[in-house]
Amino acid sequence: MSERKDLELIASLVPPGSRVLDLGCGRGELLAHLREHRQCTGYGIEIDDAKVLACTQRGVNVIQLNLEEGLAIFEDQSFDVVLQLDTLQHLRNTESMLRETARVGRIGIVSFPNFAHWPNRLRVLSGRMPVTRALPYEWYNTPNIRVGTYADFEVLARKNGLQVLDGFGIRQGRPVRFRPNLLSSVAVFKFARG
Amino acid sequence: MGSLGHVTPASMSFDAPLPLRSGAQLSNYTLVYETYGRLNADKSNAVLVCHALNASHHVAGTYEGQPRSEGWWDNLVGPGKPLDTDRFFVIGINNPGSCFGSTGPTHPNPATDRPWGADFPVVTVEDWVQAQARLLQALGITQLAAVLGGSLGGMQALSWALQFPQRLRHCVAIATAPNLSAQNIAFNEVARRAIVTDPDFHGGHYYAHGVVPKRGLRVARMIGHITYLSDDVMEAKFGRELRAAELGYSTQEIEFQIESYLRHQGDKFSEYFDANTYLLITRALDYFDPAREHGGDLARAMAAATAKFLLVSFTTDWRFSPARSREIVKALLDNRRDVSYAEIDAPHGHDAFLLDDPRYHGVLKAYFDRIGQEVGV
Repeated sequence: MSERKDLELIASLVPPGSRVLDLGCGRGELLAHLREHRQCTGYGIEIDDAKVLACTQRGVNVIQLNLEEGLAIFEDQSFDVVLQLDTLQHLRNTESMLRETARVGRIGIVSFPNFAHWPNRLRVLSGRMPVTRALPYEWYNTPNIRVGTYADFEVLARKNGLQVLDGFGIRQGRPVRFRPNLLSSVAVFKFARG
Repeated sequence: MGSLGHVTPASMSFDAPLPLRSGAQLSNYTLVYETYGRLNADKSNAVLVCHALNASHHVAGTYEGQPRSEGWWDNLVGPGKPLDTDRFFVIGINNPGSCFGSTGPTHPNPATDRPWGADFPVVTVEDWVQAQARLLQALGITQLAAVLGGSLGGMQALSWALQFPQRLRHCVAIATAPNLSAQNIAFNEVARRAIVTDPDFHGGHYYAHGVVPKRGLRVARMIGHITYLSDDVMEAKFGRELRAAELGYSTQEIEFQIESYLRHQGDKFSEYFDANTYLLITRALDYFDPAREHGGDLARAMAAATAKFLLVSFTTDWRFSPARSREIVKALLDNRRDVSYAEIDAPHGHDAFLLDDPRYHGVLKAYFDRIGQEVGV
């Protein structure tokens, strides 16, 4: 999600003036963007020391926590939007994290690499795991402990009682609404408690 | 990074009585303080550094003619350091009740003309903050860029944010807690009992007897010291290493290196620290609990604060554990305050807040850089 256009696309889903929680906020780019362009307030959660430092340098509120330990520090519905961009696939407790996201925020927005993007499918057909811009790691050194597809998420959301408000793909910084499972490298969903 | 070089303490006396939480008051009192760097024209670059249990106003720099007299936070405060004295005007104030110059138990009690001793009124974190606020007022500083403190100093920083919300822009509280746990109070109580049961204590009026309760102070310091380190650090530094090649089969002699170290620390401390001050300061620690007046609800207590916050904790600090800092973070989140929190994975236990860890100092430097930009220095 380091791409500028991806960032702007996701930011456009966040209503102006929202109170935002960004889970796995990285270096705080998105929060800074939301603050400057959409008058949002909020906090980032990050575990990595270097990224916490980068957020501090940027003047973004950052809280160093391990997301695997849950979101108990946040009250129910205390944020307008909870973002989980390029983060979900790194977590073990994916399902409880999604439910927690919907508990803490009125709206949740997730994005993750779509494993069903056609170049990935071709690569798997050829017998190898994909290495692409959205999935830039070899199978043996990837930090992504989950791989899922656009279509998989819809099933997971239903199973966890989440109401999908919107879903689309991203390819090269542009939204993909036609056959996103096949044609996009990144899956994006906006959801709320069902 | 440069050094501050030689610094000189100053003092200021106050005639207006200082009312204390206990209901008592200090009718007149003197505070000793040091400053580093320059106060800018609009007086917006002042940072107050609050001291912890056994420290003083001497935060950074050295005293002339005393080569090993670096201030207790000299690695953090100075030209080019994380709290950069080329940009900020830094102030360290010695609290009332201390034994480092400000009015305390060794000073004469105006009612008797004898040293206060154990009769010095019990002072609280809130009282100290009131005293500090008066000194800053006298220096013409109406709003601090930040208040910074670790441990008991962090409690003072929090108290500043609650008692004088408009008088600080940022609150930086490190390795601290919203109150002491029962276990912490227990350690303090053991330390106090060691002091008051020392035959040389004389009900706190040992000055008149020409003695000091050194044995008690030594034990107090030993138990305190154990709690400031992590088990891992102690293991790495001392392990089960013996002083001699063979076991001595003695219960009185020093056999393990850790015993030698603790006794050394205890001896050193008992040479310079005042026993009555130790009693007072540990009590101030026990009493600090801003949530108490709000039915134990820390979020309600923190509602008064308007400053922006940075909290830092250390993973191996079991005396002021990260969980305690997270309680403060949560209370601030509940009030929608600006807060950042760094949890530094350092091995050193509570003492880490005084040490030079690049991640820890990096976050502080970045935070103070932002404050500097905000106040235009």
